[in-house]
Amino acid sequence: MSDATLSFEEAMEKYDPVLGFEVHVELNTKTKMFSSAPNVFGDEPNTNVNEVDLGMPGVLPVVNRTAIESSIKIGLALNCKIAETCRFARKNYFYPDTPKNFQTSQYDEPIAYDGYLDIELSDGTVFRVEIERAHMEEDAGKLTHMGGAAGRIQGADYSLVDYNRSGVPLVEIVTKPIEGAGSRAPELAKAYVAAVREIVKNLGVSDARMERGNVRCDANVSLRPHGRERFGIRSETKNVNSLRAVEHAVHYEIRRHAAVLESGEPVVQETRHWHEDTRSTTSGRPKSDADDYRYFPEPDLVPIVASREWVEELRATLPEPPAARRKRLQADWGYSDLEFRDVVNAGVMDEIEETIAAGATATVARKWWMGEIVGRAKNADVDPGQLGVAPATIVELNKMVEDGKINNKMATEVLDGVLAGEGTPAEIVEKRGLAVVSDDGPLLEAIDAALAAQPGVADKIRGGKIQAIGAIVGGVMKATRGQADAGRVRELILERLGVEG
Amino acid sequence: MTENNELIRSSAAALAGKLAAREVTAVEVTQAHLDRIAAVDGKVNAFLHVNTEEALAVAAEVDAIRAAGGAAAEELHALAGVPIAVKDLIVTVGQPTTAGSKILEGWHSPYDATVVQRLRAAKMPILGKTNLDEFAMGSSTEHSAYGPTHNPWDLDRIPGGSGGGSAAAVAAFEAPLALGTDTGGSIRQPGAVTGTVGVKPTYGGVSRYGAIAMASSLDQIGPVSRTVLDSALLHQVIGGHDPHDSTSLPDPLEDLVAAASIGNVRGMKIGIIKELHGEGYQAGVENRFNESLELLKEAGAEIVEVSCPNFKYALGAYYLIMPSEASSNLAKFDGVRFGLRVLPEDGPMTIERVMGATRAAGFGDEVKRRIILGTYALSAGYYDAYYGSAQKVRTLIQRDFDAAFAKADVLISPTAPTTAFKLGEKLNDPLAMYLNDVATIPANMAGVPGLSLPGGLADEDGLPVGVQLLAPARQDARLYRVGAVLESLLEAQWGGPLLDKAPSLTAAPSLNDSSSADSSSAGAALSHGGSH
Repeated sequence: MSDATLSFEEAMEKYDPVLGFEVHVELNTKTKMFSSAPNVFGDEPNTNVNEVDLGMPGVLPVVNRTAIESSIKIGLALNCKIAETCRFARKNYFYPDTPKNFQTSQYDEPIAYDGYLDIELSDGTVFRVEIERAHMEEDAGKLTHMGGAAGRIQGADYSLVDYNRSGVPLVEIVTKPIEGAGSRAPELAKAYVAAVREIVKNLGVSDARMERGNVRCDANVSLRPHGRERFGIRSETKNVNSLRAVEHAVHYEIRRHAAVLESGEPVVQETRHWHEDTRSTTSGRPKSDADDYRYFPEPDLVPIVASREWVEELRATLPEPPAARRKRLQADWGYSDLEFRDVVNAGVMDEIEETIAAGATATVARKWWMGEIVGRAKNADVDPGQLGVAPATIVELNKMVEDGKINNKMATEVLDGVLAGEGTPAEIVEKRGLAVVSDDGPLLEAIDAALAAQPGVADKIRGGKIQAIGAIVGGVMKATRGQADAGRVRELILERLGVEG
Repeated sequence: MTENNELIRSSAAALAGKLAAREVTAVEVTQAHLDRIAAVDGKVNAFLHVNTEEALAVAAEVDAIRAAGGAAAEELHALAGVPIAVKDLIVTVGQPTTAGSKILEGWHSPYDATVVQRLRAAKMPILGKTNLDEFAMGSSTEHSAYGPTHNPWDLDRIPGGSGGGSAAAVAAFEAPLALGTDTGGSIRQPGAVTGTVGVKPTYGGVSRYGAIAMASSLDQIGPVSRTVLDSALLHQVIGGHDPHDSTSLPDPLEDLVAAASIGNVRGMKIGIIKELHGEGYQAGVENRFNESLELLKEAGAEIVEVSCPNFKYALGAYYLIMPSEASSNLAKFDGVRFGLRVLPEDGPMTIERVMGATRAAGFGDEVKRRIILGTYALSAGYYDAYYGSAQKVRTLIQRDFDAAFAKADVLISPTAPTTAFKLGEKLNDPLAMYLNDVATIPANMAGVPGLSLPGGLADEDGLPVGVQLLAPARQDARLYRVGAVLESLLEAQWGGPLLDKAPSLTAAPSLNDSSSADSSSAGAALSHGGSH
């Protein structure tokens, strides 16, 4: 079942990848693209709908003005030109998740076009991705196929359809073919989608949660032999819904294409489905450029006119661009270039910003995210922001450490407890009986015992070899099962031995 | 019976006066029309559904408000208690809406069309839903899945279409007012052949929300009545901006009733469209048309001739744009969410095959013909040649109108080239059927308003002839001004309304007016059509 692949290195030796992305962004408007029904995720099926979303006879669409504004903002943030007038079209095809049996979408008159986005790779290289257009459309409903295998329509006994998502406003951002990424292609793919997500999140126009499908990526990959200008035949991997998956999907498709080309077979132009579990793609439906959707201008809507005044008003409301924001944050936080790049590459810049906003210092926030959470996220194979650590948790943990209630080692234990769902840090400290032993009495007992157990070491310290103190401290910590404050222990040992620290 | 007869033959304006003066109650008026429907609709078949209970309840509510007096009574709309029929293409809560199609048989809309909300706000009792060609596709009402409507002037003849039900209901005194929809003439051509008044407002002048779309860029809801003033009154109830329809004009509605009451046309320039009379027009139609011109000239209007050379492409372009939009608009009728669902008889039970079986069984031949035409016209590789070219023709037609309206305040033509033809006569010849709308289509293509009013009876067959008036976009008031004057001049000549000359549908059957003969001829026509 699984396709043959070459190693990535071998693929890169022989071929040059060309990428292209279609990123769908769900807007977080209060109501839908063309109806007054609420745009809300995850409610009881078929409750956030009205007659327009259900495509009842006689209904007409009305364009959501906020969605237009959001689309213009996205276009501006992607350095696009904004069309003075543009229209919607009908994309005609029969499918039960599309209640009218056509999708109202922009076609040859996108609201935004000819833009670019500068993407910074992990080593600081800046790669420019050209944006062909950003156009508006409506989302389809959601089909659930019951019975049969793997939730596919083939072999299903019946299918359920939920129209809550039907009519949710989408902006589809389409790149021009991306050439010259070479072996950085998978990394660029991830960085590009991350940048788009960051933009729409900062603009406040989308909840930008990939796990909820707010940002969905279709990744086009083709290979051509080095030195050839003409593009190879592409595959389109649909709905790759996490940043890591985007990187992996491009990586996989490059290896698969290379194996197909090596075997002398042509690559099939088709959509591919991404499987997170096997980190591979399988064949979807064949796709040709000749799919006939019988597009024509939507006669139920008047053209959208974006006056230059309006566009400039919206431009004035744009938040600072991500690159400028990074520069500002790095300066504010006082991170070195390397530290800051690590933070960006780990994908925790927003999280650190939120943690600082919640009351932590920049150093503390970085220590926790980079030192503790990123590693745990990697082990759990999720993006760090999705691990489940709230900024407030970090602030609370840090305060406990600063107040001397717990030490750093305990704090990481408490963090694990939080992630295991055991409660708040305070509750976990209580439940697990974690508290720094701050009464000197039991500590002194333990110190005396440790000094007695290692009289040679005690003599060395008395003789001025203070660095030998670690052995005694370790003994005390062992005896107190780590609950002592190591700093205090050190002080007490020196005091006991009458040595100046 | 005399009193009932007086009520059903009254204009809406006269009924409104009698109701306001409390000479009659809304329940009496409504009941008189319900009685008339019961008495004659077996022959006419104008109604697909009669809304007895709700109509009487609304009438009783109006009577109660009037009886109580005070502010609520004073705030009643002028047409409160005046009953109305609604074309069954317009959705209504509480009554079925079929669009004249099997595919919607038994379907009830969960929402009201905007125009229906406005009728309800005016407290006009809705008598029921009127027959039409399936999805408004036709010029004879023979394409209804529920049998044809018969012309009250001659039950063997067509009442026009697609709004034959609304026109026949008004002509047969089953309702004083009705709503129609006009995509290529479906209000005006039935008006012409039944001796009634019908108005297609400026595109965007009346909300389309809740009118089941045939061709979105051409469809328009409008009034059907027996007098020009009545159409103006109804137009004012239903017209004006609607936020649910993006193509609805933001302009405040003009005072159309005032325009219908101006009473003169002195100094107005009325343009005869060279291309819309003469060859291809029945002699009796041409004669009555010329008489109307004479009357207008005598009343002080200046008659000028204008040429609209691109109108000759209008029909061809219309039959590309209309089916293209219709093919997309009708895609939603697939058996998935509402209406008929037919399962394939054999083979795999896939969603595509259920949709296919449903549409094969639910749509009639004319609907299928237009869906196929439109699907073809929009296909990749044909789009530019067909849909694209047709849109260019549309621009040329708009320019023709612009040039014509630079020379004339209103334009005038016969509404239809012929009087009502026999049921079944053109059912198997779609092109001949399409030619009925040659004079009405240009207005839809350009979005300008048009009004048809009775112009008299043709010499050769004694059947009604329609005169069409056209005005620039947003100048609907001019239609009412000129229409009301021409109507009064003609009625003075006839010695009363033209419909006084229509046969009584309740008199003892004569040789020409036998219901058994009607039904057998209609049945023959239908089975013939069905085998096509």
